[in-house]
Amino acid sequence: MSKYSIKLNGKKHLVDVASDTPLLWVIRDEIGMTGTKFGCGMGLCGACTVLLNGKPIRSCSTPISSIKPEDKLISIEGLSTTSSHPVQLAWIKEQVPQCGYCQSGQILAVASLLDSNPNPTDQDIDTALAGNICRCGTYQDMRKAIHAAAKSMQSQSKTKSK
Amino acid sequence: MSANTTKQTSRRDFIKISAQTAAFLAIGFENLANGKGVKVKNMAHEPHIGVEINPYVLINESGKVTLFNARPDMGQGTSQSIPMLIAEELEVRLDQVEIVTSDGSAKFGSQLSGGSSSVSTRYLPMRTVGAAVKEMLVQAAANQWHVPVSACYAKEGRVYQKNKSISLGYGELVASAAKLPVPTNPILKNPADFTQIGKSIPRPEIPSKVNGTAKFGMDVVIPGMLYASIAHAPSIHAKVKSYQGEKAIASQGVKFVLKTERKMPHASTEAVAVLADSYWSALKGKRLLDIEWESTAADDMNTEKYFNQLKEAGKSPGFEYKESLTGDVNKAFAGANQVIEASYQTPFLAHAPMEPENATVYVQDGKVEVWAPVQGPDSLVTELAAYLGIKKENVKINVTFLGGAFGRKAYYDYVLEAAHLSKQINAPVKVVWTREDDTQQGPFRPGMLSVMKGALDAQGKVLAFEHRLNGASILNQVFQVPIDNAPDPWAEEGINLPDSPYTFPNRRNSFSLVKTKIPILWWRSVYASTNLFGQESFIDELAHQAKKDPLAFRLDMLAGSPRFISVLKKLAELSNYQQLKAQGKAVGIAIARSFSSICALAIVVEKQGNGVVIKKVYSVIDCGVAINPRNIKAQVQSNITMGLTAAIKNEITVVQGQTQQSNFHDYAVLRQGEIPEIEVFVMTNNEAPGGVGEPGLPPVAPALCNAVFLATGKRVRTLPFDISNV
Repeated sequence: MSKYSIKLNGKKHLVDVASDTPLLWVIRDEIGMTGTKFGCGMGLCGACTVLLNGKPIRSCSTPISSIKPEDKLISIEGLSTTSSHPVQLAWIKEQVPQCGYCQSGQILAVASLLDSNPNPTDQDIDTALAGNICRCGTYQDMRKAIHAAAKSMQSQSKTKSK
Repeated sequence: MSANTTKQTSRRDFIKISAQTAAFLAIGFENLANGKGVKVKNMAHEPHIGVEINPYVLINESGKVTLFNARPDMGQGTSQSIPMLIAEELEVRLDQVEIVTSDGSAKFGSQLSGGSSSVSTRYLPMRTVGAAVKEMLVQAAANQWHVPVSACYAKEGRVYQKNKSISLGYGELVASAAKLPVPTNPILKNPADFTQIGKSIPRPEIPSKVNGTAKFGMDVVIPGMLYASIAHAPSIHAKVKSYQGEKAIASQGVKFVLKTERKMPHASTEAVAVLADSYWSALKGKRLLDIEWESTAADDMNTEKYFNQLKEAGKSPGFEYKESLTGDVNKAFAGANQVIEASYQTPFLAHAPMEPENATVYVQDGKVEVWAPVQGPDSLVTELAAYLGIKKENVKINVTFLGGAFGRKAYYDYVLEAAHLSKQINAPVKVVWTREDDTQQGPFRPGMLSVMKGALDAQGKVLAFEHRLNGASILNQVFQVPIDNAPDPWAEEGINLPDSPYTFPNRRNSFSLVKTKIPILWWRSVYASTNLFGQESFIDELAHQAKKDPLAFRLDMLAGSPRFISVLKKLAELSNYQQLKAQGKAVGIAIARSFSSICALAIVVEKQGNGVVIKKVYSVIDCGVAINPRNIKAQVQSNITMGLTAAIKNEITVVQGQTQQSNFHDYAVLRQGEIPEIEVFVMTNNEAPGGVGEPGLPPVAPALCNAVFLATGKRVRTLPFDISNV
């Protein structure tokens, strides 16, 4: 057992766990945030996706010992405080989720994509989401929602810059 | 809050409200399960209000309306569609009510989400419940105002007096309404007056699925619970000869190492469980186990051997399905000038829901409480009571959201595992399967072989049509019903006469049982998913043999079935079928009726290298009254994705009892970049509602393979196939 300090959703957490504990189980079992899901345990499905300094990582295969105290971690609970991130709003508008289990990971991967690429092509979307499986097959509705979110973010940033 | 999140809390709130509120109204009806029609019963005077008999509607004096949904939501949208049926007639908006999933108790009757039957079986009963409550509330208002009922109307949770600006809320009326007799024949709305049914109203639970607050079984935490990871037998049925648990028990956080069991309907297998104070500790502990397995007779399980047995069985007809038997096929084949035969094979498949199987169970003092993603809490109550030897009324199921299921979570081995462990340690236990458990342990869709034989007359019309089903029986293995001297009655789905009304003058469907110990179960669209591959591919082969257009060939043989004709004609229009054909495009067609809905597909492919690429998928579905058109489209897209995955991606193979696949790297499912554009059209009519969760799947593989034939000249008869190298 070792003590680790991690910054999740802007808040510092001290945890005392084995050094090989995957970040996923630290977030779920130690910190008690369950929006991040367990799907495969091998980084193959993306249900456990969180953002590490803005980039999507698979928390099921990221040991806690590899996280530095200054790293910024964002889980679905921290994407926005009121479910008002443009990606979340687009997801609701397009009624994307079916069972919903993979959607935390999908949404975070998309948020990261739009952060670095405000106007992604379909090819960009395919590449960015290649690691996130949706067994319900919401892929087409997700694609629609991504383009819609991109549009709304662009018009927001235009409004801001005016 | 709309859709239920934490069932336990909702239930507690409800009981608190019940205790505090002297008068409120709960309405239900009896005999749900046996379909004896609707009988509404006023429960206002029951000592345990809302607990004793079928409570679907709860209104308290503050006006809060709670609707009980007895069809668990695994993504198909029943947490909206079922309560919406009540809300429509009760005249409340869905966003005004709280929705609570039923807890498995007998008062709710059947509570299974399965067979795409939720809306089709609940359509009239749930509307009747809503209409009866509304009539009582309106009557109560009329009495208070001393006006006839005809002078009043209900809207959005209030009763209004016509042409006057006075109204009373349901909460103000509930006390007096509860004293009125329950109408036995309430008047249902004219569908033209629906304000919710038929509209693409946003699903109430979706906001909780974009911010992490939706509670799945995986997210359940009960004070004092231990996490369990179970070492299942690598060859499924092996027994534990011996095990060394010292290293595991010494591992950080591990509390118990126990020999345990996995109870399936057809077999009980042995396993070793590691229980710890966190899931990671349990998983790590499991890896430290040293288990010696003792093989059993079932270790000869082998899918290749099984398919060879199917081929052998398929050499002659099995037991005939009498209802669809038409004319005399033997005579017709003997006298025909063209007879063709072909066999179509479909593999075993795992369901692979994104949420692996899990259950939290607490057995104490002869009672048991469960928190789990399950498709049928009522059947789980029955199973658990029998397994633990306790009374059904001492079993309570808290149904969470299901992170996908596709049939898998109507098989409760994982819940029984948690119950078995909880009973041993007298504490709540949360069993969490790994992806490897889910992929390797089954139950699986059974592999099937369709042996087809057809005869054409001189004009190229089908003279005789034979479909020999060969394979394992879910009814036999899971439900232990002997299938000895007759065909499996369930296995003909999708090709029985109502589902497949092609006018063949001579026809025979038959079934040959080949048993297996490989655990099997229904998998989205069940036998329709396997039968239709043979049926709709072979129709296509016959059309080409007869040198006829496959669409015209089908239309000709469906002349007496107007809904099939309408769907095919709409599909031709939607896909520009004739134009595509004129341009030489490879467009494959298939049509299937399953679970009382008709779905047809046109898939356009283009040759690329040694294989093809899918350019576009068109789909038309006729599911009768469309409750939520947008959700229906989503379900069809979902089925197309799962059907394509099944056609070109995955299979489960078993060698010496051991499943050869283990996780998403070797049991692949389609990803974002692999999905073609999909266009879905939902037919509008006033036919009785049919299923939606499954009927989109059966036509996928045959439509794709019919297109592949046009593009490459090669006929795919075994699934899965490599689309890049046909």
